[in-house]
Amino acid sequence: MSDTNANSTVAFVRHDTIPEREPPLGERGLIKWLRENLFSSVTNGVLTVLSLWAIYLILAASLPWLLNGIWDAPSIRDCRTILDGARGGCFAVLTERWNQLLFGFQYPSDQYWRPTLAFILLFVAFAPVMFYKLPRKLLIMTAVYPFLGYWLIWGGSIWVPVFAAGGFVAGYMVYRQFITRSFAIAFFGAIVGAFVFWWIADFITPVLANLIPIELEFVKSRQVGGFMLNMILGVVCLSLALPLGIILALGRQSSMPIIKWICVVFIEFVRGVPLITLLFVANVVLAYFLPPEANFDLVVRVIIMITLFAAAYIAEVIRGGLAALPTGQYEAADSLGLDYPQSMRLIILPQALKISIPGIVNVAVGLFKDTTLVSVISMFDLVGMIRGPILSSTDWNGVYWELFGFAALLFFIMCYGISQYSQWLERQLATDHR
Amino acid sequence: MSDTAAKVEAKASAISDQVAIEIQNMNKWYGTFHVLRDIDLTVYQGERIVVCGPSGSGKSTLIRCINALEEHQAGSITVDGTLLSSDLKNIDKIRSEVGMVFQHFNLFPHLTILENCTLAPIWVRKIPKKEAEETAMHFLTKVKIPEQADKYPGQLSGGQQQRVAIARSLCMRPRIMLFDEPTSALDPEMIKEVLDTMIELAEEGMTMICVTHEMGFARQVADRVIFMDQGQIVEQNEPEPFFNDPKSDRTKLFLSQILGH
Repeated sequence: MSDTNANSTVAFVRHDTIPEREPPLGERGLIKWLRENLFSSVTNGVLTVLSLWAIYLILAASLPWLLNGIWDAPSIRDCRTILDGARGGCFAVLTERWNQLLFGFQYPSDQYWRPTLAFILLFVAFAPVMFYKLPRKLLIMTAVYPFLGYWLIWGGSIWVPVFAAGGFVAGYMVYRQFITRSFAIAFFGAIVGAFVFWWIADFITPVLANLIPIELEFVKSRQVGGFMLNMILGVVCLSLALPLGIILALGRQSSMPIIKWICVVFIEFVRGVPLITLLFVANVVLAYFLPPEANFDLVVRVIIMITLFAAAYIAEVIRGGLAALPTGQYEAADSLGLDYPQSMRLIILPQALKISIPGIVNVAVGLFKDTTLVSVISMFDLVGMIRGPILSSTDWNGVYWELFGFAALLFFIMCYGISQYSQWLERQLATDHR
Repeated sequence: MSDTAAKVEAKASAISDQVAIEIQNMNKWYGTFHVLRDIDLTVYQGERIVVCGPSGSGKSTLIRCINALEEHQAGSITVDGTLLSSDLKNIDKIRSEVGMVFQHFNLFPHLTILENCTLAPIWVRKIPKKEAEETAMHFLTKVKIPEQADKYPGQLSGGQQQRVAIARSLCMRPRIMLFDEPTSALDPEMIKEVLDTMIELAEEGMTMICVTHEMGFARQVADRVIFMDQGQIVEQNEPEPFFNDPKSDRTKLFLSQILGH
């Protein structure tokens, strides 16, 4: 009101617009941000300074170690010679043992392209599942991948995975034949159909393999190791545990008492036992119970155990999601005449799974990290490789920080990726506008 | 609502002598609690019935028994010639012929309005998607919200959601519609839009059973009003005599309380 005319009383007319001015210096840009976020009070100011000091100490200790690291040396002794007392990491172990860390120490080195290709194709296979807006035709790749991936990593005749896939196709054909009559007949018919196909294929495979020998060098499971083994276990177990967990969660809600109790007992038992115990069972005890000619691959046994373990946890997470749905959703689905499989698939599970995403991701991340436990039953996964062949070699004995830091970094990248994806997915699926 | 006379006329002519629902000596217990006692009810094709009564009287349970959302333990229910038994095929058949509208709408929040309406026709009736969408748009236009088709239920008001729920049921082309307190969860100003939709439906000759406290609605469209208390049918009559000259004391008390203010 400084420019009001002194002669007038209360009447006031403005003839010109006040030009826009910038806010005061302390109220804009960086200064404003600093003041509001870091120095809003004395306590906060002190804490900010202390935090900066702590960050400085950490960086001062770790940065020279990181930046001054040696990337090219044949052994830890040479590393120390090059460093000559200066502070620095001996990352040469990573470059020198790179292939061992990734593929294990027994995988034939001229075949490294196979798991690498399988790893790249993994993303192609997962893409249509993870990003549901991609064309649905890509799902063919997802369906083919388990067999292709197996063939790439383990090798052998191509007819083995082809006939394995054929069994599923045969089962599906039987299912299609009978689904109009009854779900139960179709379901069990499909299982019988698949096994009959595999039984016949068992005779045909060796003949075909001789006639049309398309094959890759066969790699034994014992030769599979390194981070590749963690990836195999993590991806396979998670892909199997999710559907199994859904079935267990639905089974636990079933109105049929026998199914319900089977699921409850299974879930409670598996959750009550440490994973390590199950792995020892897979490694040692299972051999006593199985007939001697049943030569079950160790990797398969471990996959079964980790899958069962994760499935029990996922089942409980999904049960929480199912319980969170209002009963009105079940009733609305019922009242429209949808049958049980339809109402579950179209109405209940899409909502329950969405609610369960954080819990499922929790289990997934945990499961992926737990795959390192197989090093305890002398499988050479990433941690097994580090603890075993690499650290115990005379060349690299004592390079703990660099190796375990690398393992931590790899797992962090994977787990952080899973976490970020899940958050993106949750945002995509937020349609309820609560 | 000026042309009441015309409506009364339409009302009288719509009812056929074909039985839509036949309930005989039906009983239901929750554990040991006897919720429905010796219910006998015959509903004719085209008839509009309003069920009222105090809360806990079993009126919701009664209509939920008709499409087997609740199981009954004794007696028989026959819907459109199909006997309601524990056979899942029969239950699914009846449910696809009987539409139901709930107090809390129960739309599927993860699907758009259009998907809500086309889901059951596509999966239960096996109607091609395009045709189902045309039907859905027809009924959404009928309940006056075609422009909301691509929104999600959470973006709509309560009254709009309830009208979608009605449209969703109609898309199955049901022969009978059940309404379970369709306006009880709505704001007063939204009640009218839902009731208008229901009145329109009634005028087209849809067989309807409505559990509701909207006595004005009952007066206007019902062919028969049923009063329930303590799990039994206490009184039933045409609306005029029911409201003007109730016979039972319990009915009188109920009506005086509900119409008193």
